[in-house]
Amino acid sequence: MNTSGPVALQLLQVRKSFGPVVALRSGSLTVNSGSIHALVGENGAGKSTLVKIIAGLYQRDAGEFLLHGESVDFSSTAASKDAGIAVIYQEPTLFPDLSVTENLFMGRQPLGAGRRIDRKAMHAEALSLFQRLGVNLDPRRLAEGLSIADQQIIEIAKAISLDASVLIMDEPTAALSGVEVDRLFAVARSLRDEGRALVFISHRFEEVFALCDMVTVMRDGEYISTDPIAETTSAQIVAKMVGREVGELFPKTPATIGEPVLQVSGLERGGVFHDVSFEVRSGEIVALAGLVGAGRSEIARAVFGVDPYDAGTVMIGGRKVPARNPRAAIRLGMGFVPEDRRQQGLVVDASVAHNVASVIRGKLATLGIVTRTAENKASGPWSARLEVKTNALSMNAATMSGGNQQKVVIAKWLATHPKLLIIDEPTRGIDVGTKAEVHRLISELAGQGMAILMISSELPEVLGMADRVLVVNEGRITADIDRADATPESVMTAATNAGATA
Amino acid sequence: MTETLVAPSRKSSAQRFASTLLTSRESAIALVLILVVAFATIKQDKFLVSNDGWRDLLLAPSILLLLAVGQAVVIITRNVDLSVGSILALTAYLTGRLFVDQPNIPVVVVILIGILVGAALGLVNGLLVALGKVPALVITLGTLYVYRGVVLEWAGSNRINASDMPDGFLSLGTKSFLSIPLLTILAVVVLIAVGYYLRTARGGRELYAIGSDPDAAHLYGLKVKRRVIGAFVLCGALAGLAGVVFAARYGSVSSNAGTGIELQAVGAAVIGGVAIFGGSGTVWGAAIGAWLLITINRALPIIGVQDFWQQAVVGVLIIGAIVLDRLLAVRRSRKLIEARDEA
Repeated sequence: MNTSGPVALQLLQVRKSFGPVVALRSGSLTVNSGSIHALVGENGAGKSTLVKIIAGLYQRDAGEFLLHGESVDFSSTAASKDAGIAVIYQEPTLFPDLSVTENLFMGRQPLGAGRRIDRKAMHAEALSLFQRLGVNLDPRRLAEGLSIADQQIIEIAKAISLDASVLIMDEPTAALSGVEVDRLFAVARSLRDEGRALVFISHRFEEVFALCDMVTVMRDGEYISTDPIAETTSAQIVAKMVGREVGELFPKTPATIGEPVLQVSGLERGGVFHDVSFEVRSGEIVALAGLVGAGRSEIARAVFGVDPYDAGTVMIGGRKVPARNPRAAIRLGMGFVPEDRRQQGLVVDASVAHNVASVIRGKLATLGIVTRTAENKASGPWSARLEVKTNALSMNAATMSGGNQQKVVIAKWLATHPKLLIIDEPTRGIDVGTKAEVHRLISELAGQGMAILMISSELPEVLGMADRVLVVNEGRITADIDRADATPESVMTAATNAGATA
Repeated sequence: MTETLVAPSRKSSAQRFASTLLTSRESAIALVLILVVAFATIKQDKFLVSNDGWRDLLLAPSILLLLAVGQAVVIITRNVDLSVGSILALTAYLTGRLFVDQPNIPVVVVILIGILVGAALGLVNGLLVALGKVPALVITLGTLYVYRGVVLEWAGSNRINASDMPDGFLSLGTKSFLSIPLLTILAVVVLIAVGYYLRTARGGRELYAIGSDPDAAHLYGLKVKRRVIGAFVLCGALAGLAGVVFAARYGSVSSNAGTGIELQAVGAAVIGGVAIFGGSGTVWGAAIGAWLLITINRALPIIGVQDFWQQAVVGVLIIGAIVLDRLLAVRRSRKLIEARDEA
């Protein structure tokens, strides 16, 4: 846009890694004052890492970071805030025990005589902020119990009251309704017209095109391109976002697809997912694809019985699985490999054998006592089959690599002889080499007739592994795509197109 | 409904004040306290109306009150300080030693030394908790034993007696002003100062924010570590002051002074409505809680409750307070969600 002013924020080839994992390979972003700049990319493309570097939460390992032409190094969030950068995070961060007003002004309350907080002035300012935003919210109420949308509004009010010259919004609209989005956009435009620089991260292309002036695409932790929004199309952006080969990384073993194993019908949980129906057949790998926060994990957790649901039924092999009862689900032949294996799937301070045997301890016990010998005996074949690379079954799980830990978790479930295995993000945080091994393993299990429900945010993994792709968008299944028809474009379109939720 | 205007609270500030006062936890505990005093007085009128009764009612809670105020500040930040009893013993013994070794030392200097030593011990706690990132429960459980060990080593079987300390100092423990004991006035002044700070200073509000959500506090750019260390220093300083007060009031100090009082301080704060997970509660509540704890212990024998049951009553009180908290919190969040839906 010609109206935009000088460069406000510039990052050049910024790099950030956490141990061996590179989160951001080479991030670049140039934002002008008086413009709204969209930052788009798949989950895990490095957008959030880039934002956290700008916010001062992470420090970059390499690259340049210029604010209004001067090189800056933020050692803390306070330093970035002082420099005039306001960040609205994906997840609102409020203090539930404090009032809305206090949340707005924490750390920079207006002071009266004797450096005492001037509560009157504070409330007045909160009221005028909310009036400007057109929100109906009592500033004196506690932040506890507010909807995500309201919390988001408070975050925005906070950022505006900071009088920041650079405002970054990390998916601010994910939880907002149409009216709220319109209101937010009006505010964003007025901020732009005041000459501020805004960065807007969103997966919804219609919003990007409606609001933004420029768009930067990121993929796999790298900068891809920057274009004026008027000179590009959503098809071009999608192509740049996913533009990589779905390689031979995914050795898919042919499997005969048999009878339905899992049948889910009309599963419903208020505010989380709605009218979810699907089946998984034996030998079939079904992927639940979609954006982070679309409700995929929630659906899987409800199917397994960890989370409750309001309506609907789950059947395994024709038998109904009771709600909220993971033990019954295990008995009926379900296994669940959770997303966060370190916290939910693995006792990291225990031995491999102990971990593998943990679900079947009841069967191993003699007079209620589980011996180490029994554990080793039971877990040996499974670990061997999965080629868990450990020196001994007594090795501590904490010292193993992410890929081997994942194998241990899978081995744990195989020991229960499941008919259906639910795997949430099978390869998150696993290096590329081991990823292929985990993929081969999943594919083999399906080849042996197991039904697999896989949740993945990595598009290549979904396309390479799945016989069928179910796309979840805002709690609903919006597309059921066969392997033959599944392309990055078809999946991404179904996952981002908010209008398709009919 | 108006479309864009924020619905301002429809109540006037006086109404708001009244309704907060009536529904607050502090008032509820104060009411229990009044009932306890009333019952005991009906049973035995000298519980309240005699000179001694009145004096004890006010004087007895003063030490625990100081500790409970400090403890409340620490608990508000989602931490806990179990070492206050040992700090109290250390500074109480130190007070006696100072008078023994330096007979002419001014009383004010001794009080200041007590506060400073307490603050230094609190600083050790704070540094370990904030920098070591180890839960405060573990750290202060450790320093509880370490500090107590120092006292045991130092004092051995020695005992500081009233004759070791000057009359001018001991009279602090007995003097009154307008029939209110001096030590009570001291404790209340401290209470008001801390309560005022928590309510009206940025630093005070940040303590609540940190306890409410430490991660969010970090994202806000608050100086979390510095504030947490500050809370521990304040708590230690108040425990140090309580040690000096202990020496003045009882006139005799041995190495086991104040054993177990840290749990009473935590109990007082919890009974007074300071949430054990931080972020809410006031020092006023903690102070009334301390007063109630001490008074109930004195009143129960008069009402005719046996020794064994006296301890149990205190336990029931603490559990009751937490269950009540839970129920109120559930009700509150339901109401807040309803309020949101109406808006």
